[in-house]
Amino acid sequence: MAVKHALSLKILAECPTTKARVCKLVLPHHTVDTPVFMPVGTQGTLKGMLPAQLEELDCQIILTRIRLNNYGPELLDKADGLHNFMNWKRALLTDSGGFQMVSLLKLAEITEEGVKFQSPHDGREMLLTPEHSMAIQNSIGSDIMMQLDDVVHSTTKGPRVEEAMYRSIRWLDRCMKAHKRTDCQNLFGIVQGGLDPELRKICVQEMTKRDLPGFAIGGLSGGEEKAHFWRMVHLSTDYLPRNKPRYLMGVGYAVDLVVCSALGCDMYDCVFPTRTARFGSALVPTGQLQLKNKQYARDFRPIDDNCSCSTCSRYTRAYLHSIATQETVACHLVTVHNIAYQMNLMRTLRQSILEGRFPQFVQDFMDTMYPSRNYPVWVVEALAAVNINLQKAQPQPDAPLENIANTCS
Amino acid sequence: MMKVLLSNVVNGCRVGSITEVGRHGNKVLEFPGCLLYTRCGSAPHLTYDVLQKLDTVPEGVQITLPTLAEQHHVVKDFQQGIGKFTGMEDFFLYCSVQDPAVREATGYNFNKGVSVWGPGGRIKLEVADFMAIQKAFRPDWYQCLCDGDTASADTSTKRVRKSVDRTLNFLDQCLEIHQKSQELKGSEILGVIEGGDLLEERLRSARETCKRPVAGFVLDGFQSFAMERETRKNLLKAVLEVLPEDKPRIIHAVSRPDEVLEAVECGVDFFDSSFPYQVTERGCALVFPFSKRSHSDVCDETMIQGPDDSSQETTENQHCRGSIEDKRSQRTKFEMDLNDKEKYACDFRPVLPGCSCYCCQNHSRAYIHHLLQTGELLARVLLMMHNFHHYFGFFAAIRESLHQGTFQELKTMVTQRTK
Repeated sequence: MAVKHALSLKILAECPTTKARVCKLVLPHHTVDTPVFMPVGTQGTLKGMLPAQLEELDCQIILTRIRLNNYGPELLDKADGLHNFMNWKRALLTDSGGFQMVSLLKLAEITEEGVKFQSPHDGREMLLTPEHSMAIQNSIGSDIMMQLDDVVHSTTKGPRVEEAMYRSIRWLDRCMKAHKRTDCQNLFGIVQGGLDPELRKICVQEMTKRDLPGFAIGGLSGGEEKAHFWRMVHLSTDYLPRNKPRYLMGVGYAVDLVVCSALGCDMYDCVFPTRTARFGSALVPTGQLQLKNKQYARDFRPIDDNCSCSTCSRYTRAYLHSIATQETVACHLVTVHNIAYQMNLMRTLRQSILEGRFPQFVQDFMDTMYPSRNYPVWVVEALAAVNINLQKAQPQPDAPLENIANTCS
Repeated sequence: MMKVLLSNVVNGCRVGSITEVGRHGNKVLEFPGCLLYTRCGSAPHLTYDVLQKLDTVPEGVQITLPTLAEQHHVVKDFQQGIGKFTGMEDFFLYCSVQDPAVREATGYNFNKGVSVWGPGGRIKLEVADFMAIQKAFRPDWYQCLCDGDTASADTSTKRVRKSVDRTLNFLDQCLEIHQKSQELKGSEILGVIEGGDLLEERLRSARETCKRPVAGFVLDGFQSFAMERETRKNLLKAVLEVLPEDKPRIIHAVSRPDEVLEAVECGVDFFDSSFPYQVTERGCALVFPFSKRSHSDVCDETMIQGPDDSSQETTENQHCRGSIEDKRSQRTKFEMDLNDKEKYACDFRPVLPGCSCYCCQNHSRAYIHHLLQTGELLARVLLMMHNFHHYFGFFAAIRESLHQGTFQELKTMVTQRTK
């Protein structure tokens, strides 16, 4: 008899051509429409946004990174969880803390017990174990919590990748054992295995033997070649169970979101849209506008004529140019727009799947993003793998757009 | 034509409203009142949609040349004025020469003009430059170009006289351009009263300015650090007696609650809201009581136990660009310091229990403390919302007390010592 999980996934539509699908993901705090992009917050806040603004932007779930030193479990227990502490009423996903240890702290050392690292606070040596990560995430009370995994850089090769994959499975078992609140919080396993198809396959097959509410595809989006990236995603979704949510970690560029949704992923997170906003970079269907650039000093159009966000309905590129990187209001205005852009992209993507015209949506999206139809090779290959052949695109006149070519590294 | 409806004068305090003003004929400016402080035309930390979540925002906005003058060629090309450019066209706009939150550098004015300091450094404004900016910006009201560099203690009598002369000279030149200008048809010019701490010069400045066709008066050079409280009070009284009753009087950089009440008693109508901004920048929240409904027990417990002589603690009030330590040392007894870990790290009450602002309705002291500790942008957003709300409520309370005849009670409540 399967354990009752604190979520349910209802598949509303599946694209007959690709692996894309639209689902209702019912979580303890909110029901989420997938495919979904989850903006990333740290320190229990999302980059200057009020919870009310995030609701107005139609964010249904946000990711918050845990930092071990700042809010300890004691404070969160007193505050009755992070939802209450930050006054966010919708769904929350927390990471295990492990990725940050590895990516931010040079001195992290991984043993079978856990991740040993030096506190950036006071330099003391600390150990993050699967049990410790679960305890923190239980105190936070997130709707979805991530297992502590052994992350290796996505370009690492050799036996270290295999060791990390098997250790991640062992740590998953420890996390499952330590997770105290299965009735109201969902633990996701993270598929590892680097760029090695065999290891990925073993990992996903081993993990899916366990009755978990959902799975993530981890260890990607770390600067590996896109040719490897999409193949690992494609392979993982082939083996992940149809009736459980699939979360692709660290992905947030528009092109990647569209391609990976075609490959069957449901959830994404990335700091990029909000981080780039704070440097005055605005997302548009043709790429990005660097608002600090002189060319926008006398550009009296909104960021995007077709965007209905509160920034585009009131402010011009010229005004944003004049205050970008100077007043915090500029950060907030571009952040609002960039989140609106991501939410709108996912909404129209879901709508196209529901209406059975996802392949045409993909074609149109790519033709706007690459008006010269110089699609990146990996995009063409990945989409071809799910039966969308971009080269059949009708030739279109190139519009003189302010395309800062999306390089999709 | 602008109409000033003076509904009551009580012991020198004026209460009333201004209608049919500038380009925003449907707006009513109630006084005593304050203008929304802005930087680059936006409320600090608050986007327009967040500002809409405050229910007490004044109709009038103050924009400042230091934060906007560099944009003037762009705004000229834009052709729709500074209100539309900054997304604030719904508001009544008043443009001031200096930024009331920043102490202006001394020694940079000259016979033909005045210096302001923008993000890119010094901007020299002669009359022609200044008027070109006003033609591009097209505010409802603007402060005439003025030389108010008389605040430092060692200002000589000669220098004070020069500031009065220069300012009158600027006014005559500006008026000449203003009256011929098509662009400025909907705008009104406010004359500036200078004269440092010299009664004679203040009176000369006031009498001469009155003779010119100005829509109102700006009382310049009365900043907290410029002179003793008594001196300021006496000068203000003397100057305001000379000014006609039917024109508004604005004062700058006099925005601490106790100073505001004193200036109201002298007959000042409008203030800036740089004070709540400065409080926000140092991570503090306004909690001083101004109505019986507000929880004075909470105020007593949380307000900073300042030194008894409040004139002493604010002598450097205007330095808002200093280091964090400097900012902390400027705390007044009207605020609570949410940086304080011992007091607030685990205090889950709202900043000010009973307060109806978005911040107090949705967030706790512990959360704001946490945001301050981690340097998150949201700390300033929430504090700015609360501090503006509280400060604007304070002005509503002043007006109400003048209508009800309870101004002295209000004054006692606001200026009472913390126990």
